[in-house]
Amino acid sequence: MAIVAQHTKFSKIAWPVLAWVVALIFFFPIAYMVMTSFKTDADAVKPELLFSFTPTLDNYANMTDNYDYWRFATNSLITATFATLFTLVVSVPCAYAMAFNPTRATKDILMWMLSTKMLPAAAVLYPMIFMTKSLGLYDTKFLIVMVLSLINLPIAIWMLFTYFKDIPKDIIEAGQMDGLNTWGEVREILIPLAWGGIASTALLVFIFCWNEAYWTVRLTTTDAATLSKLIEGNRAPEGLFFGRLSAVSTAAVGPIVVLGWFCQKQLVQGLTFGAVK
Amino acid sequence: MGRIVLEKVTKKFGEVEVIPPLDLTIEDGEFAVFVGPSGCGKSTLLRLIAGLEEVTSGEVKIDDATVTEVPPSKRGLAMVFQSYALYPHMTVRKNIAFPLRMEKMPQSEIDAKVDMAAKSLNLTDYLDRKPGQLSGGQRQRVAIGRAIVRQPEAFLFDEPLSNLDAALRVGMRLEISELHQRLETTMIYVTHDQVEAMTMADKIVVLQAGVIEQVGSPLELYERPQNRFVAGFIGSPKMNLIEGEAAKKRGAQTMGMRPEHIAVSTEAGEFKGTVGVAEHLGSDTFLHVHIDGIEEHVTVRQRGNVNFKYGDTVYLTPEEANVHKFGADGLRID
Repeated sequence: MAIVAQHTKFSKIAWPVLAWVVALIFFFPIAYMVMTSFKTDADAVKPELLFSFTPTLDNYANMTDNYDYWRFATNSLITATFATLFTLVVSVPCAYAMAFNPTRATKDILMWMLSTKMLPAAAVLYPMIFMTKSLGLYDTKFLIVMVLSLINLPIAIWMLFTYFKDIPKDIIEAGQMDGLNTWGEVREILIPLAWGGIASTALLVFIFCWNEAYWTVRLTTTDAATLSKLIEGNRAPEGLFFGRLSAVSTAAVGPIVVLGWFCQKQLVQGLTFGAVK
Repeated sequence: MGRIVLEKVTKKFGEVEVIPPLDLTIEDGEFAVFVGPSGCGKSTLLRLIAGLEEVTSGEVKIDDATVTEVPPSKRGLAMVFQSYALYPHMTVRKNIAFPLRMEKMPQSEIDAKVDMAAKSLNLTDYLDRKPGQLSGGQRQRVAIGRAIVRQPEAFLFDEPLSNLDAALRVGMRLEISELHQRLETTMIYVTHDQVEAMTMADKIVVLQAGVIEQVGSPLELYERPQNRFVAGFIGSPKMNLIEGEAAKKRGAQTMGMRPEHIAVSTEAGEFKGTVGVAEHLGSDTFLHVHIDGIEEHVTVRQRGNVNFKYGDTVYLTPEEANVHKFGADGLRID
């Protein structure tokens, strides 16, 4: 008995300690970035000043004054919001159809959608640049919205499909017997029952859109440039402007971290939807 | 009005034909029960009537209007599901009111109807609860309430009692029967339980592999089963079906005798056997008798308590007037 009690006591302390250590290791680069953003470029490269430095807001002031941070941020917000909305408008009916009226091809279609995520983006980079330029779409918000939607559709459809499949088909059929048409089923039954799942899908897609860098950097110059492009623009090969770069990075990820923090509950609820039916 | 007619209806799932061409009429106000072993197509048939499955060919008519292409929401039928299929995000009140709200009925009228339905189903105290807070029997009553408020052309029940425990099942069976007497609306009821079929139905439709084996009143099916399958399926305990010499002597491939139509003697009779198990129910005793040359035991029903025990030798004699005879094709011979 004593051994068991000791063992429990040990694991009660050891596991949390281990968890904190792992969490700190993961968190360190982010903390480092935030700290560096409050140092001058000169201080940033001095190892002895890692923790003891004189904080300054110069980098942030510089960013809003000289680099037009708000324009990039607005572009990020607009493209991520519309891309998320468009993704949902397409993926909700699509997942609904596949979850409630599956055919023999449904599994294959889902697999095929996922397979598009396996295509290396670099393989289609030049065709994309030439095509969008000749169509006059290069560096437009419309293009970025479309690209962000298309790269996120597979994951959104997969997620929603999983949530919708947890809704008993009988309930949808009861709705049909009670006088619902297809739109009514979605409005009265599907959305209220899968609300957590839809919200967490939307949140995740929004985060992915906000963080996307490969295409937003390469398909924009000024008009549609997002925060990813701002960070990219502040990257210097010599690594001389670490303070400035850290400030830009912190300001770019800040909003999405805050959003994620506030929506934590919703995210967790959404991800465990099937278990609390 | 709720007269439902199926004309040459078929259903295929891919290449598999689950319902070969089938004709059936259910009269207005009738309580029809589809009964058969699992996988016989009875639920599919109900779903074809509901419109939840599309017919592959043939026509479905409700009150002489063809509804084959009409979606379920426009057929004027109400359905009670085995899983109850209540809307989990709505209160009992909203669940029952739902079909009326879809009809865009004025709120005051909806409230009156919901209250009335709740009262008749003893649900008044539960109106503001969610389905998750109700017991199985209460959920089933909510599902029935949701069906009756609409005053549909017909009610469709898809094994509504199979998720309830035995005691509750008997109670709900009576409630549904009473509901039918009171509303006089057509009801179609699917079950695999032949006791439910016998006790509730005006008309029983016995199905096997998508084919209607026999249609008739419970007593017609009990007294004059048209084939071996119906003979073996209807009745509890099952009819004894015997092949061999005894059947041949009567000019049949198979002879059938119900447990209550067999006389037992300790001295003489047509079949000599030994008692296997004697089940004492108080009102009746079921003797399971092993007879030489017959593979399955023969069940005999005796009134009251009869003192037979394991290993006793008994002689059985069927009541000749009540022997059912079936030919090599399984059909009844008269």
